Amino acid sequence: MIEPLLIELSKPGRCGTSLPALDVPETPLPAEGLRDELPLPELAEPQVVRHYTHLSQLNYAIDTVFYPLGSCTMKYNPKVDDVAATQPGFTRLHPLTAEEDAQGALRLMLALQRLLAEIGGFAAVSLLPAAGAQGELIGVLMIRKYLYDRGETARRVVLVPDSAHGTNPATTAMSGLTVRQVPSDARGNVDLAALGALIDELGPQLLGLMLTNPNTLGLFDEGLTEIIARVHNAGGLVYGDGANLNALLGALKPGHMGFDVMHFNLHKTFATPHGGGGPGAGTVAASAALADYLPAPLVGEVDGLVRWVTPAHTVGRMKAFGGNFAVLVRAYVYLRMLGADGLRAVSENAVINANYLQARLRDLYPIPHGDRRCMHEFVAQGLLAGAPGVKTLDIAKRLLDFGIHPPTVYFPLIVPEALMIEPTETESKETLDYFIDTMRQIADEARNTPDLLTTAPHNTPLCRLDEVKAARQPSLCWLK
Amino acid sequence: MLATIGVADAAALFADIPAAYRFPAYELPPALSESEILRELQALAEANADAGHVPCFRGAGAYNHFVPSVVRALTGRGEFATTYTPYQPEVSQGTLQAHFEYQSMLATLTGMDAANVSHYDGATAAAEAVIMALKVREGHAARVVLSPTLPPQYRAVIRTYLQGVPGEIVGEELPHGDLAALAAAVDENTACLLVANPDFLGRLYTPDEMRAPAEAVHAVGGLFAVGVDPISLGLFTPPGAYGADIVTGEGQCLGNELNFGGPYLGLFATRTQYVRKSAGRIVGETTDCQGRRGYVLTLSTREQHIRREKASSNICSNEALNALAAAIYLASMGASGLRRVAELCWHKAHYAADRLGSLPGFRVAPGRFFKEFVLHCPAPVAELNRRLRAEYGLLGGYAPGEDYPDLADAMLVCVTEMNPRAEIDRLADALAALTR
Repeated sequence: MIEPLLIELSKPGRCGTSLPALDVPETPLPAEGLRDELPLPELAEPQVVRHYTHLSQLNYAIDTVFYPLGSCTMKYNPKVDDVAATQPGFTRLHPLTAEEDAQGALRLMLALQRLLAEIGGFAAVSLLPAAGAQGELIGVLMIRKYLYDRGETARRVVLVPDSAHGTNPATTAMSGLTVRQVPSDARGNVDLAALGALIDELGPQLLGLMLTNPNTLGLFDEGLTEIIARVHNAGGLVYGDGANLNALLGALKPGHMGFDVMHFNLHKTFATPHGGGGPGAGTVAASAALADYLPAPLVGEVDGLVRWVTPAHTVGRMKAFGGNFAVLVRAYVYLRMLGADGLRAVSENAVINANYLQARLRDLYPIPHGDRRCMHEFVAQGLLAGAPGVKTLDIAKRLLDFGIHPPTVYFPLIVPEALMIEPTETESKETLDYFIDTMRQIADEARNTPDLLTTAPHNTPLCRLDEVKAARQPSLCWLK
Repeated sequence: MLATIGVADAAALFADIPAAYRFPAYELPPALSESEILRELQALAEANADAGHVPCFRGAGAYNHFVPSVVRALTGRGEFATTYTPYQPEVSQGTLQAHFEYQSMLATLTGMDAANVSHYDGATAAAEAVIMALKVREGHAARVVLSPTLPPQYRAVIRTYLQGVPGEIVGEELPHGDLAALAAAVDENTACLLVANPDFLGRLYTPDEMRAPAEAVHAVGGLFAVGVDPISLGLFTPPGAYGADIVTGEGQCLGNELNFGGPYLGLFATRTQYVRKSAGRIVGETTDCQGRRGYVLTLSTREQHIRREKASSNICSNEALNALAAAIYLASMGASGLRRVAELCWHKAHYAADRLGSLPGFRVAPGRFFKEFVLHCPAPVAELNRRLRAEYGLLGGYAPGEDYPDLADAMLVCVTEMNPRAEIDRLADALAALTR
């Protein structure tokens, strides 16, 4: 059933909340500048609740289904995190409260900075970025400023592997820098020969490299040490995209391998809910050399109090206030409940689950790098022998009928018809087996009853939507 | 499972990590149980002087407004909170329709044609507005004029965002509150002019006053961007009616908690002609294969996952759940409720200004205001605030002197529907006693 729009449910004069009576003398409103109409919907509280409850029931979510969306790390979000974060001492705390009156919040932030620095093997961490992409922007601007402060202002080209997330090249462009793409080799690693040639060609123009490791094929780059050394030897710096950090918790400290700056997605690796697209937190970590370039403000201990501090050569302010605090609380609770042993159990179970799926799906679907062990995710292809009319999109849509959110599709771009599968550590073997059985059934259907796939989904609130129409004749508002 | 994979133990799966770096030691505190961590977190929460315990007269970009209970009850539903970006529309209609409704209500409120699903906060929304204007005017103009009373943090964020790209930022050095001087700073190389209304110091400009800078920037082909307090739009003329091409603002006050600074909600709305140059996610209406109405993410060819280095921005994750909270807030308030909140702010703030401005030695800065006003004080503001807190249990107004040297003696007082008369009287009595 289609849920009506709020505006269609509206009846003049209704209000869904109660407000206090005026308890001060009235001050006449100005004669000039009042709006003459405000056509917002008007509903009673029960209508509001039913409307949004109905809407919520149209969604797939981690709380309801398996959600193996590659590179998004859709792990279970513990409820204790929400309880801890929604205490009034946090939710009702004004960001411009004097430091003395916000020690609880600031101490938590300091402790989280230290936990994340230890886990990442970095000298310092800023909790400021609101999302991974903002962490990237900060990180690349930090590298730029660090090098330019040293007079190396010819450096303006950033290398990005062809397997990278779109945010990497977009970040580079937003920073006023130029992107050059580095190809991958036959084993899914950065092509070292091509990297060397690019570095030689660019010479003093090389600013650095943005690298996701494990990469978006789910592979730990076998040449990582060499890649980092080559960029460093050429005077460039290495930015680590931490989107896939879940594979490395307790197994590797990226800072130790030579990454200069790196962001972590707390809403992926550290189990804070994705919220339908946000809010996230993309904290950014730096080596000792770049720590003074972190965005402002950080928190630090000064004379026994935790205070806001500004790094000496800060890249600048990136948000109005000090970070997505309510997200930080959730990540802190998650980390404190893990401890060191729990940390390693996360990556081990995430990697076991992914390899188990890869091993069991290998005979059903092409897996371009299936000869290697994957890390936390792997990339299969929706290319089935004997089913020429079926595409990855059809397989994804058919999965919806079985109560499974599809993997990431058509990414990474270097794998045709990609299905990027990340089960995460919080799924049971029973769930993984159900997914495997479903993928087998879909492969059979693709050969025997392909229409079932090409017209899927059949059991969802709506069938396929016309995205071309939406883009050609945009209707973005109920006012038209 | 290990047997299926063909390894003896989990460690074997990490063999690609160079041995020297594999499985390092971690210095971390021991793991806590649920009851233990909750005890620690309760202690941390209670170590803060929050607005539930200390009457709050501080705003300056983060506002203590009422959040109806339905907002938390509904945004807390796992079907909303634990879902990802709605890339699969057939199983994401809840999020998509809610965001379409959010866009519609924000467009209504601001007088714009369209809105996106959010930026990170008011500051980054302002930065994205400037970046969009520079793209729209690329090859023609590269100057950005910022009002000196755009919030200081917003101006700092815009400078951070623009540090790598060519362009010139001016206007911040002008006398504050002087829209004519701002209009005069616009030249033929100006891509956009950004003004806050109400501004950081609480001043509320009339539509006629706002038309002068709008016309100045339009005359050179530039864009007029206006930063708003969305609560004020329950009462006052929307920027769309006085020439705005882009409206940005902080949406925290729409049903989102103070949360010590985040997550907040970057509001962004614009005119149809600029939508394809804008950043951020946008939901559009369409139909499904049976002709039923439905919603999808649309105009994605602006975005990084499609266009990579040619995208309008690198933004990916946004503040979707905060946008949902704002939508639920607006749906609960409705037209009459939002207008009532704005009226309560107006009357209470003006009552407070009358009381505080009539205290000996105190003076309220002249001019129209909405819910915040500048109060000149006869004693150092930092000291007054310290004693208000220590001796009277009150959170006094923000001290803007650091950013505005001519306001070294000023307190920016914020009053909302959350401040009963008794609290306002307590503040007046306390300030009187402290300066007697």
